[in-house]
Amino acid sequence: MLEVKNLNIEFHDHDAPEHIVRNINMTLKYGEILGIVGESGSGKSMTAMAIAGLLRRHDVTTSGEIIFDKKELLSAKRSELRKIQGNDIGVIFQEPMTSLNPTKRIGWQVEESLKIHKPEIGKAERYRLVIESLKNVELDNPELIYKKYPHELSGGMRQRVMIAAAMICAPKLLIADEPTTALDVTIQLQIVKLLQRLNREQKTSILFISHDLSLVKSICGRILVMHDGEKVEEGAADEIFNNPGQEYTRELINAIPKLEKPKL
Amino acid sequence: MQIGKKYSKKKHSANLIIGLVITSTMLFLIILGFFYTPYDPTKMDSSAKLAAPSLSHLMGCDNFGRDIFSRVLKGMGNTFIIAFATVVIGVVSGIIIGAVTGYFGGWLDEVVMRINDVVFAFPSILLALVFISLFGTGKYNVVLALGIAFVPSFARIVRGEFIKYREMDYVKSARLAGVPHMRIIFVHILPNTMTVLLSSIMIGFNNAVLAEAGMSYLGIGVQPPDASLGSMLSEAQGYLFSAPNYAVFTGLMIILLVLGFSLLADGLKN
Repeated sequence: MLEVKNLNIEFHDHDAPEHIVRNINMTLKYGEILGIVGESGSGKSMTAMAIAGLLRRHDVTTSGEIIFDKKELLSAKRSELRKIQGNDIGVIFQEPMTSLNPTKRIGWQVEESLKIHKPEIGKAERYRLVIESLKNVELDNPELIYKKYPHELSGGMRQRVMIAAAMICAPKLLIADEPTTALDVTIQLQIVKLLQRLNREQKTSILFISHDLSLVKSICGRILVMHDGEKVEEGAADEIFNNPGQEYTRELINAIPKLEKPKL
Repeated sequence: MQIGKKYSKKKHSANLIIGLVITSTMLFLIILGFFYTPYDPTKMDSSAKLAAPSLSHLMGCDNFGRDIFSRVLKGMGNTFIIAFATVVIGVVSGIIIGAVTGYFGGWLDEVVMRINDVVFAFPSILLALVFISLFGTGKYNVVLALGIAFVPSFARIVRGEFIKYREMDYVKSARLAGVPHMRIIFVHILPNTMTVLLSSIMIGFNNAVLAEAGMSYLGIGVQPPDASLGSMLSEAQGYLFSAPNYAVFTGLMIILLVLGFSLLADGLKN
């Protein structure tokens, strides 16, 4: 469903052009979860933003092709892109603290993309869909949460709200840009399980971006390792873990903290 | 630490309360002035020329024997309306210009902001003077002139806020949801700028009161026989020694009007 061919991203607002992403190729099939791992600054988020169509065109130059559902996104017109964004592609960000508008109620924010993409849906039906969507991300008391402001919710709850907002139009692709980095470990696990369930039940493909290899291993079928804007390695999760082909991947795997008896 | 915190909290709420009391008193007097004044503010009484304050004339009388209190009430109303209209013009155009340039950035931002800088470089009074000399004196021209002079400062504040908010994740996710730009600007971002905007509106209002008083003082604002605090102050300076009450009460009203809003703005900010 998603095919990225020779993607290059370049900043051009400095004196010397700066390559952020070089020749990235990848494919994502229906219902698959693909993980992109790499350290900070490896270009993984930029790749995701390019797929989501979120790069400001006067800040960066992009070349290559991003084909989503037989449509080319990089050269697509804005109006064309807008139909796909939010409707077919949903995004969850890293910081649940800043990804919700502090001045708007939760319900309003969740139903926003419904209002844009499916204006034919009436108010009562929309309310029902929002409540259902909040229930679907395992939030208790969705009717109560509908009326709350973001600052009244915890980080984990906000991230669930974000997922609900991203999933409300039932997108074919969900881009999760480090969705669990800002959360503590127990909540991380819950969110990951939630994403897996959504993937299983609604057949949403997920592009899961993280620097946490162990997390990626537990959720993704396939992994793509990035370093300095380039693809280092790609393959099935188990394969990469058991038999890393590149030095960099090996180092990443070794960097996972292991449970050991504390040395006294 | 704890004590310091408590102290500062108390101080701010005191500002708020004092500001609220002064402002509401002034607003009450202004509204009162629209419907009732003890004397006709333009009626002259030759027997009461420069009369000292007394029970019948609370603030005394001016050089034509007009009741100063009645004129202050009317004058405050005029000043208030002009300042209010000025701020409305400045804020509305400032929001539109600042929001669009700050949100979109790029060459549009560069061009508009350089024009903005040029307008900003002139003192607002000077700018208003030029405008008045081109289009003539009068209430409405003063409003327009001051309003235009006030646009750049608001535009700049709003622009700064929009630059800050346009990179926020919730704005990104709104863009991702396919929300049109104009809806993002006015529905998603604008409410977030309100805290900053509100206090600058208050400060802007104060500046507008002072600017109007200045314009009328120079004789290009409200025209006689209508009263405004500035024009009254200008008349009063001729009688500074024979009837100091004229200048003192008029000046006091300007001070109270500005002080009330300053304290209110300060209190609201916290």
